[in-house]
Amino acid sequence: MIDLNLTLYDKIFKPKEYVLPNGKKAYKKASRAPIYVILILAMSALSVRITGFDMKILTTRIGQFFVILGDMFPPNTGYMPTVWNPLFDTIKMSLLGSVVGALLSVPFAMLASTNVCPSKIVVTLMRVMFSLIRTLPTIVIALVATLIFGLGTLAGTVAIAVFSFGYIGKLTYEEIETVDMGAFEAMQAMGATRSQAFISAIIPQVLPFYLSNCLFNFEGNVRYAAVLGYVGAGGIGLILNEKISWREYPSVGMILIALFVTVFIIESVSRMLRKKLV
Amino acid sequence: MNQRIQDAYEKRPKDWVYNLMTAVIVVGLLIWSASAVETSGSTQDGGQIALNVLSGIFHPDLGFLFDFTKKGVPYLMLETVCIAFLGTIVGAIISIPLAFISASNLTPKPIAFAGRILIMMARTIPAFVYGLMFIRVTGPGAFAGLLTMGVCSIGMISKMYIEAIEDLDTHVIESLDAAGCDTWQKIRYGILPQLMPNFASTAIYRFDINLRDATILGMVGAGGFGAPLIFAMNSYRWNEAGALLAGLIILILIIEYISTRIRVKLTRG
Repeated sequence: MIDLNLTLYDKIFKPKEYVLPNGKKAYKKASRAPIYVILILAMSALSVRITGFDMKILTTRIGQFFVILGDMFPPNTGYMPTVWNPLFDTIKMSLLGSVVGALLSVPFAMLASTNVCPSKIVVTLMRVMFSLIRTLPTIVIALVATLIFGLGTLAGTVAIAVFSFGYIGKLTYEEIETVDMGAFEAMQAMGATRSQAFISAIIPQVLPFYLSNCLFNFEGNVRYAAVLGYVGAGGIGLILNEKISWREYPSVGMILIALFVTVFIIESVSRMLRKKLV
Repeated sequence: MNQRIQDAYEKRPKDWVYNLMTAVIVVGLLIWSASAVETSGSTQDGGQIALNVLSGIFHPDLGFLFDFTKKGVPYLMLETVCIAFLGTIVGAIISIPLAFISASNLTPKPIAFAGRILIMMARTIPAFVYGLMFIRVTGPGAFAGLLTMGVCSIGMISKMYIEAIEDLDTHVIESLDAAGCDTWQKIRYGILPQLMPNFASTAIYRFDINLRDATILGMVGAGGFGAPLIFAMNSYRWNEAGALLAGLIILILIIEYISTRIRVKLTRG
């Protein structure tokens, strides 16, 4: 057993020994797969018990799933004129929220990257803040926002802005940390101040990724904004929730189709733009 | 030296027309979107509510937080983890065939396109609509929640799987072919080792997201900590909401730490 760093696992399950034609010995460590399989199975068994997962119910009653789906077709096209306004509200909410959140996150992301911010305490503080914000579920932020700002799109916009702040902020500081610092140092050596060097040496490297992340975030937010209406934060979720509780499924179908087409268009445009950027 | 730098600087690409147009479009869109910001006005003083929320979150109901019966925070968190875990597995299993159908290097273009449209449609329906559909199947509770999580995960998981399949290095399979391997051996030694780390990493990442999104399930009564959280918030019991949020934050930070470590290990091989 030479220069094989053996862990406890390898000591229990000995590596397999092969003798090569030239007389040397090669070792193949025992596969770790059994541990993972056992862990996953144990976790699944526990989950099945706690959640009450039952394959029999699922196979016999899965037809019920398609009942509502079937009721949605054919969609009620007469309802479309009422959909336009909330639909645009949703897009506007996500656009404004994404932009505000993304812009606000930049200075904080700078403070959270070790290569730009010299103080370790500030870096740690900023990172803790970003991860705390990202753990808060958007729906909770939206609910709090509706309590503070009242029902309506403002609450939704704030919720999306807070979510985008955390998401873009994290991606941006990770991006800033991986840039090539050579240009930054060269600029400082030529007598530029730290902020001048940041603007001309780091921003051009980070900008394409930053914009690409912003577009991606916006894409996701449009879809997410549809959920926010559920707590009264405006947009298409509001009418969706209303029609579902009245069981007007053909209208629900129309809303979902409108949402699908919108998301499809926005995703296609954004994918095109992102391909150009990166 | 400085003269040369100056010259090079003068020759920099000047695309200000393009930049100006982009700026005008972006600013125009922003002004357009600002028109939607409206509010019905708060019933109470907003600042006071914000203070209440913050004080509730920083003074969580400790009795509730450390209540180890079926009504306490730890059990709710365990239930949520289980919903997210099984939901991710269900989603990952459904995604595998969907991803193979929609990978453009394996199937003909029209079929791959149809597969992608199907995935996009599955992704557009919001979680609470799925929740309502599944409650018809299983009745309210964690079972409906995990099915909802599963279906909601399909969109992202299959998208990442498709990318992994399309990035397959076919040279490995060709050389296995040249070495005289049969189809099963080619799958076992040529395809699986390339896909497994990627697939596992995606599933773990999605598990992370599902845990965060599990609150939404509570809105329709599909199990987990979402329903108690939203009830507590709607009735202004901020200490209780604070206890739930504290539990959630601790849980997510732990899971994120573990999942990041596993994923780093997976990508390094």
